[in-house]
Amino acid sequence: MARGKKRIKRCLDKLSAEGRTALVPFFSVGDPGIDETHDAVLAAVDAGADIIELGVPFSDPMADGPVIQASSQRALEAGTSLHGILEMVASLRAKTDVPLVLFGYYNPFFHYGEEAFARDAASAGADGVLCVDLPPEEARGMVAACRSNGVDRIFLLAPTSDDSRIKAVSRCSTGFVYFVSVTGVTGARSSLPTDVPAKVARVRELCDLPVGVGFGISTPEQAHAVADYADLVIVGSALVKTMHEAGAARCAAEAGRFVSDLRRGIDG
Amino acid sequence: MPALPDRHGRFGEYGGRYVSETLVPALEELEQAYASLRKDPAFKAELKGLYRDYANRETPLYFAERLSEHLGGARVYLKREDLCHTGAHKINNTLGQILLARKMGKKRIIAETGAGQHGVATATVAALMDVDAEIYMGSEDIERQKLNVFRMQLLGARVHPVESGSRTLKDAINECMRDWVTNIADTYYLVGSTMGPHPYPLIVRDFQSVIGKEARRQVLKAEGKLPDLLVACVGGGSNAMGLFYPFIKDESVAMTGVEAAGGGLDAGPHAASISRGSPGVLHGKKTYLLQDELGQVREAHSIAPGLDYPGVGPEHSWLHDKGRASYVAVTDSQALEALQLLSRLEGIIPALESAHAVAHALEVVPAMPRDAVVLVNLSGRGDKDMPAVAEYLGVEV
Repeated sequence: MARGKKRIKRCLDKLSAEGRTALVPFFSVGDPGIDETHDAVLAAVDAGADIIELGVPFSDPMADGPVIQASSQRALEAGTSLHGILEMVASLRAKTDVPLVLFGYYNPFFHYGEEAFARDAASAGADGVLCVDLPPEEARGMVAACRSNGVDRIFLLAPTSDDSRIKAVSRCSTGFVYFVSVTGVTGARSSLPTDVPAKVARVRELCDLPVGVGFGISTPEQAHAVADYADLVIVGSALVKTMHEAGAARCAAEAGRFVSDLRRGIDG
Repeated sequence: MPALPDRHGRFGEYGGRYVSETLVPALEELEQAYASLRKDPAFKAELKGLYRDYANRETPLYFAERLSEHLGGARVYLKREDLCHTGAHKINNTLGQILLARKMGKKRIIAETGAGQHGVATATVAALMDVDAEIYMGSEDIERQKLNVFRMQLLGARVHPVESGSRTLKDAINECMRDWVTNIADTYYLVGSTMGPHPYPLIVRDFQSVIGKEARRQVLKAEGKLPDLLVACVGGGSNAMGLFYPFIKDESVAMTGVEAAGGGLDAGPHAASISRGSPGVLHGKKTYLLQDELGQVREAHSIAPGLDYPGVGPEHSWLHDKGRASYVAVTDSQALEALQLLSRLEGIIPALESAHAVAHALEVVPAMPRDAVVLVNLSGRGDKDMPAVAEYLGVEV
């Protein structure tokens, strides 16, 4: 692809130069419907989101807590598919330059076909992909397909990752690495483990890429605290819950309000 | 054939380790612990003693004379895993893995269960070794298998009902994975079948291979030759893998895995992952799955809760692709008929799961020569299924 510097890198470089932390909301795409997600993403961008994670629903979301499990099920019942999500990406791309990262479980991507997916994702204007259940050892095909199509591949690091894992994961990641703050599933926590800053610091020593931190972050106060040591603050379940409670008509507006509260939390 | 799985946990393209990063170090630790344990003479001796004195091994290889006469074809033998302590082959695996958990210093055991047989076998060995056991079970299966729920509780285990998804085995596994990733430091996940991420398919196959090792020795003694055909039911596939594996190099021995066709392969919901599924990734492994064209996993159905799973152990997928084993499916009603026939002819009430294997034998044995030998794995006994069978037959008990 005749693109210059990739969108994710461009975005994170700019924020880094300004001394700011990226705010990354996660959307469970297709809950309640794909049009609502589309509008909510635009509202979030207006409210100060820097990068968007688009959750691809899967029937068996093993790494997710109850909020995203239920949301994924609603999204599937509403007929959400990876094809439909890529169409939404293309529509968003016509309206915004915000980096878009697809986040999901491997099987729907495997069925789409890794090469076909990477090609279609790139042409729709998606910037990266993260499969929760695809560690580097299993990701050769996906990495190759993404590389040849200019799509960033983002991998997870966990509290259980030792130095050799951190290095191995860093080697095959581009864009950023995603540090999972807790041993557990997605979902709001009242507090994060106290050793997260130290673990993120260790990741920084071994990895040149920006480091995102997610899982368990739900409030502006938590986001502010995490922004002290992370390059990206990722918020998922709390936003998904807020949108669900708001209902279809109000979910985009509520997503915007939620993101703007987080933005103030991070910058404040 | 090469020794599989390879060092990446693969059986050809199947298997592997498709898990979130948090679990990777735990699986590496498990792999190392198992690699050293499996060579340890003290471990082997302890397991052998438990198999003999606690699990009631070796189990008989029983010549089913009346059934053979009735069918008028091959000579049919039953490998009597139903006589194992706790009533099914599941104890072979749980005894092995509880020793592994103890060696790894884990004091909390979690397990999934479908029919409840693996849950009972896990609760049993947890009681024996004085560790806490928590069992995840779909709420629909809890309803179907109340007796096994009570047994688990009596043995001191906590049973967690799973309300998500189809509320059966698949969802119980999801909940186990969620628990494990949350409590990874002190918890051992005791997987109940030849599935999950590497090294579980290897570990479970190794512990279940005692079935095939004994059967091979027993049939050679009884018949002076190897069997012509092995038959076993396949859900996740552990009793089948345990029977098949020691015969894999015996090329004259045909092997048939029997999946659950539920209400019929065409009519509708079933659990025949190999017969009607396609390759995909679920619960840590690549294997045949029941799924839609977008890669969303479908709900399985079988009257036998132990077969009610939309995937299959990865080694079975490989044996299928290689043509080393063949896979067929029998319906709920065929299994029920087989259960009744075996009960009346031999005085043995098989589990609904095992009745699937018997049902396939009923189909193929009559056309086989009289001197042919067929070995059917009777993986469990039918007591747990009596309420469901009675309901199906319209009998009030």
